[in-house]
Amino acid sequence: MNSSATAALSARPSAASGEPRLLAGWYATGRPAALSDHLGRYGPPPVPAGKGGRTSVPLVEAVEAAGLTGRGGAGFPTARKLRAVAERRGRAVVVVNAMESEPASRKDQFLVAVAPHLVLDGAVLAAVAVGADTVHVCLPRDRTAQYRQLSAALDERRRARLDPVRLRLHALLHAYVSSESTSLVRWLNGGPARPQGSPPRTHERGVDRRPTLVDNAETLAHLALIARYGPDWYRRAGTPDEPGTTLVTVSGAVAAPGVLEVALGTPISTLLDRAAGPTDPLRAVLLGGFAGTWLPAAHLDTPLARRDLAPLGAAPGAGVLVALPRAACGLSETARMLAYLAAHSARQCGPCHFGLPAVAEDFTTLATGRADPGLPARLRRRTGLLPDRGACRHPDGAARLAASALHTFADDVGHHLAHGPCPAAHRPPRVPVPPATPPETWR
Amino acid sequence: MTRTRSLRVDRVACTGQGLCAELLPELIDLDEWGYPVLKGRAVPGELRAHARRAVAACPRLALHADRDRP
Amino acid sequence: MTTLALTGSPLWYASRASGTLALILLTAVVALGIASGGRAAPHRVGRFEIGLLHRNLSLLTLVFLAVHGVTAVLDPFARLGWAVTVVPFGASYRPLWLGLGTAALDLLLAVIVTSALRRRLGVRRWKAVHWLAYAAWPLALFHGVGTGTDTRLPLQLWLYAGCLGTVVAAVWWRSAEAGPGRIAGRLLTAVAATAVPVVLGAFLAAGPLQPGWAQRAAATTILLGGGR
Repeated sequence: MNSSATAALSARPSAASGEPRLLAGWYATGRPAALSDHLGRYGPPPVPAGKGGRTSVPLVEAVEAAGLTGRGGAGFPTARKLRAVAERRGRAVVVVNAMESEPASRKDQFLVAVAPHLVLDGAVLAAVAVGADTVHVCLPRDRTAQYRQLSAALDERRRARLDPVRLRLHALLHAYVSSESTSLVRWLNGGPARPQGSPPRTHERGVDRRPTLVDNAETLAHLALIARYGPDWYRRAGTPDEPGTTLVTVSGAVAAPGVLEVALGTPISTLLDRAAGPTDPLRAVLLGGFAGTWLPAAHLDTPLARRDLAPLGAAPGAGVLVALPRAACGLSETARMLAYLAAHSARQCGPCHFGLPAVAEDFTTLATGRADPGLPARLRRRTGLLPDRGACRHPDGAARLAASALHTFADDVGHHLAHGPCPAAHRPPRVPVPPATPPETWR
Repeated sequence: MTRTRSLRVDRVACTGQGLCAELLPELIDLDEWGYPVLKGRAVPGELRAHARRAVAACPRLALHADRDRP
Repeated sequence: MTTLALTGSPLWYASRASGTLALILLTAVVALGIASGGRAAPHRVGRFEIGLLHRNLSLLTLVFLAVHGVTAVLDPFARLGWAVTVVPFGASYRPLWLGLGTAALDLLLAVIVTSALRRRLGVRRWKAVHWLAYAAWPLALFHGVGTGTDTRLPLQLWLYAGCLGTVVAAVWWRSAEAGPGRIAGRLLTAVAATAVPVVLGAFLAAGPLQPGWAQRAAATTILLGGGR
């Protein structure tokens, strides 16, 4: 190990929770890390010798011991995914999911912008670990600047002959459900970027009918650090159940919105303070994203961890936190988000084709105040019939948002039914929602 | 010993024809648009023949009674 | 006219009767298939019953087709070989008109076999073959009209008219019921469905209903398959 790498090791994030890891380079230099910066800080990716071998067990074991979970929203244990792919016969494929279609999330874009090589290191290390010879990096088509930047990063690596596997960059259409792992696989196989529900699963038969590992960009960046510093180091941040740090996009009524890296288990109020604190008294926070949960302001001391959020019906999801001020109308905000989710469904399954638009429409009626007394019951029934009935989890997420809004803003529901829309319903939205127009193409 | 079976709907293939709910109302309801709602996935022994008929009747081949892994 | 029908052996009668019955059954099967594809939901009948009837009648059709073929081959008058039952347009007796029937049978066999294996084939491949039924039905009808010893019987003509009316009505209903969109496809379907009775009517007037059809039908040689 050369001296600069040692220096990087000595300068690596300390044990104190909340110290940046993925964003350490960004905080140290304030500029995106080129390959030379990256190698100077971390050294080359520790690809095990004899990489032609079937799998590199140590990395999978290290990831398992570290307790890394997927950062795309579902929070699945990464080691189990690695193992499932590694155990299949035949050359595997690794797909980097940098689609980040969640409108309230910026963390993958930010990470890929400031530390592209950390993500790519993770992808290459995962590829070697599962016996893959190809890595497909998937970005949405409309982020052209990011595409250029990442393709320059790939060129740098190619020139440096850094990677024992092929890396390919792809630009996919940008729709909410096109970031689903099966959508990526279908698109890479020449099909539409829409989710696939039925078996075989991606880890059994994915891209080119080969075992395929699809991981979120941030997950792979964590993996790249675990490969270097080991599981014990990784566990020094976070809680024993949910170790490590995570990227969070804080927006809404906070003074300094942006992407933060925090230890899992950090209280939500601390997170808001890290974003320079709320600008207004808060009503609630949206946690996890458009497919997430409204958390009433009374629960802001809850740690950002699955275990603590589960009793409240919430989850960290893709690390999204939107602060909603007391003056805003939670029902109208939710109605706009639901309309977007309904427009962005793949329209493949009954619940997304009919149920989700009906729920969105009911919600709009409720928010804009022409609701009949039977509406809440109908809305609850329709919302209850969304989960677990689609090819992907899109209807489940929309149902979670709708149900949590009805719960968190229960007083408003009564008020809207009795007196029509509240004054805040006609103010500009606090949660920015992209236009609710369906994608023009699925290719 | 025969293995138990569980129902699975291929949601992309399903077009809400509703034959399954006619043949297996014990386990399948329809929502207001005619798409199946599974009341339970596990097929009890006494309903196995009915489940088989429902699976065979689906015009989109979207209903499956998968053998459970032991 | 009745004398026309009262010639030949019992096998010949059996062949004609089973052929006619098979056509009626096939018509019912096609209509039921169209009905279930178009989500017909009658009040007193379950939708699965339409599907079951469609399947069971198709198997019954196959039985009558078997009787039809076997009796026709065994009948000494036409002197047909067994190959006639599977190889179209190779017969010595009315090659073109008999060949249409054989072709229809082949298509139906393909449809039935793929239906039995549809779980294995997957819905797309199964459906692709299933569309052949739409080709088999007019083939069977023209086979009946062209070969038919009984075509000039008024009752038989009414039967053909009934079969035609049923299927054309079913197709029209289906393309109307399909809802908005796919206008070109639906128009084409309706036109194609309407063309069948027009062509059949013209053909009947020019051919089988004119005197001397039996001789002409027998003499119709065709290039395809080289009938003798």
